[in-house]
Amino acid sequence: MDTGDTAWVLTSAALVLFMTPGLALFYGGMVRSKNVLAMLMKNYVAMGVVTITWIVIGFSLAFSGDVGGVIGNLNLWGMRDVGLENEIFGYTVPDNAFAMFQFMFAIITPALIAGAVAERIKFSAWVIFIAVWSLVVYAPMAHWVWGGGFIGVDLQAIDFAGGLVVHINAGVAALALVLVLGPRLGFRREVMRPHSLPLTVLGAGMLWFGWFGFNAGSALSAGGGAANAFLTTHVAAAVAATCWVIAEQMTHGKPTTLGFASGAVAGLVAITPAAGFVGPLSAIVIGAAAGFICFWALRLKFRFNFDDSLDVIAVHLVGGIIGALLLGLLAESRIGGRDGLFFGEPMQFVRQAASVAIAVGYSFVVSYVLARILHATIGLRPSEADERAGLDLTLHEEQGWVLAE
Amino acid sequence: MKLIIAYIAPFKLEEIRDALKEAGVTGLSAGNIQGFGRQAGHTETYRGAEYEVDFVPKVRIEVLVDDTLAPTVISTIESTARTGSIGDGKIAVLPVEDVIRIRTGERGRDAL
Repeated sequence: MDTGDTAWVLTSAALVLFMTPGLALFYGGMVRSKNVLAMLMKNYVAMGVVTITWIVIGFSLAFSGDVGGVIGNLNLWGMRDVGLENEIFGYTVPDNAFAMFQFMFAIITPALIAGAVAERIKFSAWVIFIAVWSLVVYAPMAHWVWGGGFIGVDLQAIDFAGGLVVHINAGVAALALVLVLGPRLGFRREVMRPHSLPLTVLGAGMLWFGWFGFNAGSALSAGGGAANAFLTTHVAAAVAATCWVIAEQMTHGKPTTLGFASGAVAGLVAITPAAGFVGPLSAIVIGAAAGFICFWALRLKFRFNFDDSLDVIAVHLVGGIIGALLLGLLAESRIGGRDGLFFGEPMQFVRQAASVAIAVGYSFVVSYVLARILHATIGLRPSEADERAGLDLTLHEEQGWVLAE
Repeated sequence: MKLIIAYIAPFKLEEIRDALKEAGVTGLSAGNIQGFGRQAGHTETYRGAEYEVDFVPKVRIEVLVDDTLAPTVISTIESTARTGSIGDGKIAVLPVEDVIRIRTGERGRDAL
């Protein structure tokens, strides 16, 4: 074991946890003021609920052994035997440090979905959804890609820090949940402005900062590989933010703060699968593609009339697919040990495309069924009166902004 | 006594306060409000979604004055708030039956 690697992985785990509050503010600023606490709470509660589901069996299902390439076993239930040494996983960091790092990914992934269903989902339904989803969708996906399952081992597709496991997965689940849940009351008729873009911009900054742990920490060591992921992560975020506001300038005539923040997140999403496999020039390509294409993808919800309230699909699903596919073109073995199509290995692009199709198909079907079951039993939506009054008061009996005592 | 209510462009508030102090006004109230008049709304764009926003931010100031000071206050607000462009606002003048200073119980002009 290596103390430097261990220090970096523990630091990275803390950075990744910090992204969930960042995400909460990013989303919280974009909803109307009557729903800000309900939005924050749907992110924060993931830190509670998913930690519990993952301690009990989630981590074991994802990372303990392998049953037929599709799921782990239950030998590590309750985190017993995940100890102070590196006996199980064999990294240069202790097994419990690796586990803690993985916990933070399991927390933020369902939290990402919250933006799509903003302002109209019951707290109880949300809590049950993410608790079950973290075990039946996230854990298997993490196993397939990182835990010795068939996508990583047999298909040989690559995903450095979670383009597939985190972003495509959450983006598709968001689509499934939105289709069952339906649009907000007044969608496309009433003005639904972000109520506090400073919160959103602050949240985007926290995400950018935390993402260095997310991506560079995924090297699971503190060497040049981590530094390369750090570099490509920053480059992609910077380029995508810039390209997004260029696209706004060309189409609407004004660059916006929300656009810059959104572009940065889109770039961070797209570089996630590729961060440890590509160089900085490729990061520019990936960032530019994310900035322009995710901006274009915003119109899908109006074209197909689904209320993806805070654009989780345009940013995380589309951004994740961009990253996963471009990785199949731009990977260089001198950086991460694998070549893409442009560096002499055309099959890598096919593998990446296949892994995307599998993730999209599995996550959509299981998320949709889960949403349908909740819809038919406890119900997903609050009453119309509660939704109109705002979820802060009706779900939580609190107000986000008390302007006069 | 008169209650003078003025709806003004927010950036004019401090200038008007200074001018009214100069004219002898000893107090006023101001609040942020939203409204629409002949000055139509505007468009805001968030992630490509365009919203027509009808209400624009304004400031409402309220001044209680003696009848003799009222014409000066009205003309001061009028000249200070005017930029000549649409959205400069409006002034309303209301008669006031009585004014009470809560702390002392003074009434009428003594309470101003």
